[in-house]
Amino acid sequence: MSIDTPLSENQIAALQFKSSSFNVPALVLASHELETISSQLEKKLTQAPDLFKNSAVLIDLHKLTRKNAPLELAELIKILRSLELIPIAVSGATETQNKLAIELGIAVQTNQTLNNLVVQTTSEPEINATVVDEKVVEAPPVVLIPPAKENKVITQPVRSGQRIYATGDLTVLAPVSSSAELMAEGNIHVYAPLRGRVLAGVQGDTQARIFCSDLQAELVSIAGIYKINEELDKTVKRTLVQIYLHDQALLIEEL
Amino acid sequence: MARIIVVTSGKGGVGKTTTSAAIAMGLAKRGHKTAVIDFDVGLRNLDLIMGCERRVVYDLVNVINHEATLNQALIRDKRCGDLYILPASQTRDKDALTLEGVGQVLEELAKDFSYIICDSPAGIERGAHLAMYFADDAFIVTNPEVSSVRDSDRMLGILASKSRRAEFSEEPIKEFLLLSRYSHERVKLGEMLSVDDVQEILALNLLGVIPESKSVLNASNSGTPVILDEQSDAGQAYSDIVARYLGEEVPHRFIEKEKKGLFGLLFRGK
Repeated sequence: MSIDTPLSENQIAALQFKSSSFNVPALVLASHELETISSQLEKKLTQAPDLFKNSAVLIDLHKLTRKNAPLELAELIKILRSLELIPIAVSGATETQNKLAIELGIAVQTNQTLNNLVVQTTSEPEINATVVDEKVVEAPPVVLIPPAKENKVITQPVRSGQRIYATGDLTVLAPVSSSAELMAEGNIHVYAPLRGRVLAGVQGDTQARIFCSDLQAELVSIAGIYKINEELDKTVKRTLVQIYLHDQALLIEEL
Repeated sequence: MARIIVVTSGKGGVGKTTTSAAIAMGLAKRGHKTAVIDFDVGLRNLDLIMGCERRVVYDLVNVINHEATLNQALIRDKRCGDLYILPASQTRDKDALTLEGVGQVLEELAKDFSYIICDSPAGIERGAHLAMYFADDAFIVTNPEVSSVRDSDRMLGILASKSRRAEFSEEPIKEFLLLSRYSHERVKLGEMLSVDDVQEILALNLLGVIPESKSVLNASNSGTPVILDEQSDAGQAYSDIVARYLGEEVPHRFIEKEKKGLFGLLFRGK
């Protein structure tokens, strides 16, 4: 359950953790020769100086780790900083590199499926290097692909005592019994009688919404703000509604 | 291949054992070789309902512990040669049951029998879990009142998530609803949930409605499965249920007040 415990009067919430995501260009390294990297990177940055100025970067070492060719991470970070890049994390590094990264105040990204593309620096000789470079400049060098969130679909009745959790959206096409629990980090849709507890935006997403065709829920909650069945207005019970947050208030609206 | 049926409910006292005895007898009477197992270790009752309590020598726990063979423990019914009863132990508790042991017993029974009925104890603990774990079909016995309906709902959730079929991602257990102790008069007075109310909550295939009936108590007291009382409404209801389970089309009865037929009208004066 992610219902916030109510704060006492003289306590004011000074902070809150919320899930968020933003896209960071990944620097995919194919060579451990620091000099080559340095010179090629410098050349690249001069092609689009504003795009990368003070930009956060993820250092992607998967290729090098696979080739078993570790590089001097500390030196690389120095080079990146001197070129006005802000390295924030490494991924695909060896264990010693990971330790070193943390010592240097840089996070370790372990999620292999992270969708990030791509500023490639290769040391392999390219015959028509200039052509390749032009292409890179034409196309935006940072391709933003939002991570695909799970969209769970349930077609069987959700019985009393069962709990279903979705990291993205949750769609239920069968009845949800009383004392069953639906939880999703995103939206929740229920196209059958909803009698259980339903909690959307459980990681704090205040934009999450609940849609249901027959509202009889014991409890509805978005991002921890909840209403119990007794507090639901008679006019919205047993009807098609959407539920969303507006200024910290839970609104239930007939559709 | 044998079909394993669990008769379960979550709540106690709704008619699981009565149903197990009646269904087992009904299937056996139709010529299907049937075994009925009492999983209520420590609170054994099925032998009483089946009228074989004085013939119990070995029980399910003895078989699981290899203290007796299955053939030694199985009791053949005197009224129907195709029906066998495997009683529970009264001196042990449910921890005496093991998953492997129950699995082996069922596997051995499956070689010989067409239907194996597992009479589940109340609750959702070990005995009930083991009774339903290997099932192919589940008969959910529910009384038309809210707590029984909620417990059945919980049990359905467990069937869908903790059975062998669920754990091995096989085709799920087929679930059937049996609404017992039903009284259309009390439904009319608003004292009882109606078939529709229960159906709305459980969203299940209704196999049959068993009316509240004195014949059930009489049958239990005399150790005769109520299905053998062909005159009684409950006995007929169970016969219908067996027929429907075997795929016959039988219209539902006992849901509403019986409409008097032509003969009823003709003889109304009498």
